Amino acid sequence: MNPARLRKLKEWLIERAILLSGVFSVVFVVLIFLFLLREGLSLFRGESVLDFLFGKSWYPISEPPRFGILPLILGSLLVTLGAAAISVPIGLAAALFIAEIAPGRLKEGLKAGIELLAAIPSVVIGFIGMITLGPFIKKLFAVPTGLTALTGSVTLAFMAMPTIVSIAEDAITAVPRQYREAAIAMGATKWQTTWRIVARAARPGMVAAVMLGIGRVIGETMAVMMVTGNAAVIPSGMLQPVRTLTATIAAEMGESVQGGSHYAALFAIGIVLFVITFLINGVADLYLHRSRK
Amino acid sequence: MSPRLSQKIAFALLFLATLLVVLPVAVILFIIVAKGASALSWDFLLTMPRDGMTAGGILPAILGTLYLVLGAVLFAVPLGVAAAVYLVEYSSDNRFSRLVKLAIVNLAGVPSVVYGLFGLGIFVTFFRFGASILSGALTLGIMILPVIITSAREALESVPRHFRTVSLSLGASRWQTVRHAVLPHALPGIMTGMILGLGRAAGETAPILFTVAAFYLPRLPQSLFDQTMALPYHLYVISTQVPGIPENVRYGTGLVLLALVLLLNLAAIVLRARFRRKKKW
Amino acid sequence: MVSRPVKFSIQGLHVHYGELCVLRELSLEILANEIFTVIGPANSGKTTFLHSLNRLIDLAPGSRVSGRILLDGDDIRLRLEKENLRRKVGIVFALPLPLPLSIYENIVYGLRMQGVRDRAVLDEAVERSLRESYLWEEVKDRLRSPAMNLSGGQQQRLCMARILAGRPDVLLFDEPTSGLDPISTARIEETLLELKERYTIVLVTNNVAQAARVGDRTAFFLMGEMVEVSETGRMFTAPADPRTSDYITGKFG
Repeated sequence: MNPARLRKLKEWLIERAILLSGVFSVVFVVLIFLFLLREGLSLFRGESVLDFLFGKSWYPISEPPRFGILPLILGSLLVTLGAAAISVPIGLAAALFIAEIAPGRLKEGLKAGIELLAAIPSVVIGFIGMITLGPFIKKLFAVPTGLTALTGSVTLAFMAMPTIVSIAEDAITAVPRQYREAAIAMGATKWQTTWRIVARAARPGMVAAVMLGIGRVIGETMAVMMVTGNAAVIPSGMLQPVRTLTATIAAEMGESVQGGSHYAALFAIGIVLFVITFLINGVADLYLHRSRK
Repeated sequence: MSPRLSQKIAFALLFLATLLVVLPVAVILFIIVAKGASALSWDFLLTMPRDGMTAGGILPAILGTLYLVLGAVLFAVPLGVAAAVYLVEYSSDNRFSRLVKLAIVNLAGVPSVVYGLFGLGIFVTFFRFGASILSGALTLGIMILPVIITSAREALESVPRHFRTVSLSLGASRWQTVRHAVLPHALPGIMTGMILGLGRAAGETAPILFTVAAFYLPRLPQSLFDQTMALPYHLYVISTQVPGIPENVRYGTGLVLLALVLLLNLAAIVLRARFRRKKKW
Repeated sequence: MVSRPVKFSIQGLHVHYGELCVLRELSLEILANEIFTVIGPANSGKTTFLHSLNRLIDLAPGSRVSGRILLDGDDIRLRLEKENLRRKVGIVFALPLPLPLSIYENIVYGLRMQGVRDRAVLDEAVERSLRESYLWEEVKDRLRSPAMNLSGGQQQRLCMARILAGRPDVLLFDEPTSGLDPISTARIEETLLELKERYTIVLVTNNVAQAARVGDRTAFFLMGEMVEVSETGRMFTAPADPRTSDYITGKFG
């Protein structure tokens, strides 16, 4: 074969490989779902989907076992709502400050700080939450244990904030300059412009930021497992130990028997998590696209 | 209230909120360094754990994490960069490329523990790799794929369009154009993504729980099919699962993990900043 | 005028971007070793026409081309590979666009892509093409320094050298002096007149005087159509179409 033909062949192969790599990211999403189904669906041979989703007791190793994940769903929900209540206002406010108000060098420093916060491994955050926040909450509210839903919410709020801040900050920065100039020209103060014009124009991006932050919280595992006390009962308040969907998988997989119903039930929880985060990310992506237009 | 006064109050509140976000980084660093520094020594870094992890060092956990992270990057970087090249250089905005982008967004959003389940289902069980470095590294590799793809995409998109036009106009083929006129200029950005991926893989625990991590294994792994200890899982184990671990050992382990991850991220931030400043176009 | 062989024969060329027709029903011939200039206001289809000649038009998203273009009698879509066509038909863009490489590497880029590795061949091509574009004396001692450090006029002549290195047949120029000062412009124009001894040149310009100074024949484009084509002298003294005379006398454009 002559060199030109050989080069053509080589390039053809490389370009196929590149296309294939694009295909792979789709394949992985499909594979993740398929393997969750493969291992998890067998649970529903002996268990109805409704009993699984809305059953009030999670006793996986009693005889007979009970696989109702309502306490876990409520545990995740409680911790997530608490974390959102803390991280959304603080996160959006910080995003506004960084995008609109902080001058050059401070801005760069703050952005680097946010990036570092995002980078801290969740097990380290969980560790710190466990040894500082836990005892503090125990003392403050005089409760028997400091490992509660509230502890989880506060800890997770710090893990959601980097996501919220950085995505909201992008959205705010992307607001066209003319909006600000027009508002200032009409005599508005910088704060009025920021609050009434810029924040409003960036709203779709901010919604996406909040959703992605919440997605991160729902999926967070290690920190939440270390600080929430892990009691798989239907929670009645923020100052009680709770157990989330993610923590249940992480804590119990080691003691389940492969192929058994407990094992399948943990994969079924994985399916629930996958679907939840898939929906959240899909909707957030729609908002992000809207904010770019 | 006058507009000026309300502006002052508002700015002060926003600043306070920002402090609340950033300060924990300093607090965490301070606590870990203050209490963990006393544990650091060559012995701690370079010897095996002894007496049920209450004494000795954390060498197998450090090495295990390094193996896992390297394996993950070796798997994810070629695949991720190629996928980014596909999206930026080859695909037009058609239905398939939108599907790929959606898939990447969702890969980024899948909870880490679900990656753990996936790795358990596919690598450990289906491919029969067992709980091994191979299974763990592949699981981590797929998890960091979105990080790699996203930063490689940004890097490729920041290369001016006209480099491509000029290269093609000089008779270069499409691939030659990508290879010689685009990739070299996107390299720093791609490296940044790679380092971020390293940091992310080094710190994650949930994906390795069921795919590789050993509770207590005071020897070094011999092959890809061995289990290994890893830093983040080790920290979890000694801080929640085993009573009676001396405090400075726990903090010391946390410090080593945090230092590894933060240094990698700091390197990425610095690299990116230098690249932006040096850019000639 | 001596009769010259036909270099490009364009027959019924139409170009669309999506639904928008940017060039319609274009038929003309470009002769070997002439400077063929194309004048017309912005958005008249001049650049589209130029990009059709070496199929850079294919890069524009949504572009559709119909009609035939023959280069030395061969259909450029059917008989030639894109890469070979672009080597034979080099283009210099409106702005000087060196790649962020050294002067030397900019010039040998095309040759390297063809697989030329021989140092002597590359060195020869660099010196020859830099001499042809009158840049050799200015840069011969710093071939390894970044091309981005040259002045605008030097960069544009480097871009000329870059296509000359590949020994093309035809040189396309897309308003090559629009970003340059009068002295650099004059040097480029002198160079064009030298180069036409060896190459066929198609020059798109929005500077009517430039067309009058260097063009052998000139075509006037307006809103995607060619209004008229004739020898440059005739075009500027006795235009056939009133729109042409309006344009060259500065009534619009």
